[in-house]
Amino acid sequence: MSPLLVIVLRTLAGLGLLLLNGVVLIYMLRKVLGHLHLRLGPTRVGPWGIFQTSMDVVKLLTKEDFRPTASDKWLFRIAPLLIFVPSFMAYLAIGFSPTWHFANLDTGVLFVFAVLSFVPIGIMMAGWASNSKWSLIGGMRAAGQQIAYEIPLLLSVLGVAMLAGSLDPKVIVESQAGLWLGFLPKWFIVPQFLGFWLFAISAQAETNQTPFDMSEAESELVTGFANEYSGMRFGFMFLAEFSNMFVAAAVGTTLFFGGWLLPGLEHNALALALGPIIFMVKVYLGIFCMMWVRGTLPRIRIDQMLSFAWKALIPLSLLWVVVFAVILKAVGA
Amino acid sequence: MTDDRLRATPDEPIVAEGRRVPLTSPKGLRRVPRGVDELATEHLIVNMGPQHPSTHGVLHILLELDGEVVMAAEASLGYLHRGIEKLAESRRHHQVGTLLDRADYVSGIHTELAYAMAIERLMEIEVPEKAHWLRTLMGEINRITSHVLFVGTFGMDTGSMPTFLYTMREREALVDILEAVTGSRMMFNYVRPGGVTGDLPAGIIAKLETFLADVDMYLDEYDVLLTDNEIFGPRTKGVGVIDGTTAVAFGMTGAPLRATGVAWDIRKAHPYAAYAELDFDVPLGSQGDCFDRFVVKTAEIRESLKMIRQLIAGVPEGPHMAKVPKVLRPPAGEVYTAVESPRGELGIHLVSDGSDLPYRMRLRSPAYYNLAVIDEALAGGLIADAVVTLGSLDIILGEIDR
Repeated sequence: MSPLLVIVLRTLAGLGLLLLNGVVLIYMLRKVLGHLHLRLGPTRVGPWGIFQTSMDVVKLLTKEDFRPTASDKWLFRIAPLLIFVPSFMAYLAIGFSPTWHFANLDTGVLFVFAVLSFVPIGIMMAGWASNSKWSLIGGMRAAGQQIAYEIPLLLSVLGVAMLAGSLDPKVIVESQAGLWLGFLPKWFIVPQFLGFWLFAISAQAETNQTPFDMSEAESELVTGFANEYSGMRFGFMFLAEFSNMFVAAAVGTTLFFGGWLLPGLEHNALALALGPIIFMVKVYLGIFCMMWVRGTLPRIRIDQMLSFAWKALIPLSLLWVVVFAVILKAVGA
Repeated sequence: MTDDRLRATPDEPIVAEGRRVPLTSPKGLRRVPRGVDELATEHLIVNMGPQHPSTHGVLHILLELDGEVVMAAEASLGYLHRGIEKLAESRRHHQVGTLLDRADYVSGIHTELAYAMAIERLMEIEVPEKAHWLRTLMGEINRITSHVLFVGTFGMDTGSMPTFLYTMREREALVDILEAVTGSRMMFNYVRPGGVTGDLPAGIIAKLETFLADVDMYLDEYDVLLTDNEIFGPRTKGVGVIDGTTAVAFGMTGAPLRATGVAWDIRKAHPYAAYAELDFDVPLGSQGDCFDRFVVKTAEIRESLKMIRQLIAGVPEGPHMAKVPKVLRPPAGEVYTAVESPRGELGIHLVSDGSDLPYRMRLRSPAYYNLAVIDEALAGGLIADAVVTLGSLDIILGEIDR
C-alpha cells in the first residue's frame, strides 16, 4: 500500500469511529440519564429505541441551514468546524492497543491537549458571530472556563509523565504493566490518585459537562453559544461535545487505568487481540461515570467555578507536582 | 426605586413614573442602556423571556448587564393575560370556578375555595363539616403537588435535572388521587359555593396511606440531591436576599415572606375550612435568601403531610354540600376572603349587585406581589443568581397575568 493510501484510510477510519461513537454516545447518554432520572429514555424507534439517534441525525441533516441575518457570515459558518475538527484531531493520538493507533506520536498526550485547546476559540467565535447576546455570554464563559481548567488538566498529567518518563501513550501504557504487592494492578491511579482526581474534575469542565456546563447552561443562557445554530452545524457542535467526552475518557484510561492492559493479560497474542476491546470497555466505563455526575449534580456558578479553579485546583496541582517529584526522586534514589 | 432609573441620561429631568414627556421615547430600561462605567463599556440589555427556560412560563424580564452582573431588572407582564376578572363578570357564580382554575393552574383548589368562601359569606351559607374536611384535605394535597413542582423546577433552575423528574413521581401519585376525587388532574372545579361536588370515592384513603408510607423516603432524597448538596448550598445561600421590611413593604406573602422570619400564614391568622382544628407549625426562615425559601417550602411539604395524616385519622360523617339555591344571587355588597395558597395570601374581592352575575371580581394573586420585588432582589447578582432568585419566588404566570 502506498503511504498516501494508508493516511487516507486511517483518516477515514478515525472519522468513522468518531461518527459512530457520537451516535452510540448520544444513545447512551439518553439511556443513562433516563434511568438515572426514573424514566426510560428513547423506546419507540426500533428495539429499545436504538434508532432514535440515527433518526435524529437524519433530521439534523435535512434541516434548513439557517443563518440569522445579522450574524457574521463567515465566522458563523467556520465556528462549528473549528469546534469539530480539533476534537477529531485528538482521536489521532489515541492508542487502542500496541498495534492499533491512527498515528504513532511520541508526544501523543501533549498533542491531544494542544489540539483540544483550539475548541474555546471555536466556541467564542460561534458566540460572537451569532450576534445574539445570550450566545455572546456563553462564548465568553467558555473562554474563561477553558483557560482556567486547562492548567490543572495539564499539571495533573505531569505526575504520570514523570512516572512513565514519556508522553507517548504507548510507553505510558506499557509502563503500567504488572502488579504491585502481587495483587494491585500497577496502574498509575494508585500513586497518582490526587492527580487522577484533579484530572477528572478538570476533564469534566473541559468537556463542558454538568456541573461545569457554563457555556451551555440551559437554565441560564438557553443553549449558550449554540443558540442560533440549527441543522447540521448544531449537529457538529453536539458531536464535538461527545467526541471530547470520549477523548477525555480515553486519555484518562491511558494515563491512569492501564489503557489496553488487564492484569494477567499482558504481552501475549490474546492480549494483543483483546487490547482494543479492553480499552473501549474502560473508556465507556469512564464515560458512564461522567454521565453519572452530569445526571446528578446541580450547576456551579461561574464565579465560584473560576475561583475554584484559580484558588484551589491550580495551587493544589502545582503543589502536587512538586511534592510528587520530590517523592519520586527520594524513592527512586 | 431610585430616581436614576427613570432617566435616560443623567442630566435629563426626572419624570414621575407612568408619565411621558410628549415626543420622547419611553424612559427606563426599555430603550437605552443607561449605565456606562469608568471604562466606558456599554451595559448590555438582554431580554430574558418571554421564551426562556427559566422564566416559569411567559414572563419577560429586561436585564441590564455589566458583564455577567445584573445591574437592574424590570419585569414585563401580560403575555398570559386572558381577562379572567372581566370574563367572570359575565359568568354566573357557580361558573366562575372554571375560570379561576385557570388562574393558578397548579393549585386550583385554593382559588376555587377563596371564591366559594366569598359567596358563602355574602349569602351566609352554613357549610357542612364534611365539606370543610374535604376542602382542607384536597387543599393540602393540592399544596403538596404545587410544592413538589416548586422543588423540581427550582432544582432545574440550579441546573439539577434529576430532582425535577423525581418530584414528578410524587406529583403523579397525588394528581391521580385528585383526579379520582375531583374528576380532573388540574382544572378541578371541585369546590363550589356551599360545599364540594363529591365525596371521596371508595379506596382513596387506602391509596393516600400507601403514598404517605413512602413519601418521607422521597423527601429525604430531595435533601440528598439538593438541600445538603455541596454545590446547591453556595448557589442559594446569601443569594437574592430580601429582608422582612422589604418583603412586607412589597406585600409579599407565603414562603418568600416566611423565609424572612415574618410569621404570617392565613391558615393560622384567619383560620378557614378545618384549619382551626388541625395541629401544624408554620416553618420560618431567618435569612430571607433563596436557600431559606427553599427550606421553608420543603418544610411546608412535611407540615402538609402532617395535616393529611391528622385529617384521614378522623373522617366526619354527613353531607358534603349545603342546601343552596340552583341560581346563586348573593345580596348586594362586597366581601374579601383570603386563603393561604401554595404561593401566599390568595384573596378574592367580590362585589355583588344582587344579580346572578358578579358585579366585579378581583383576584389578589400572591405571586404578583412576590414577583414585584425582583427589581430589588436581582440587582447586584449574576445571571445565574437572577435565575435562582426568580425560581425561588415560585411564580405562576397564569395567576400573575390572569
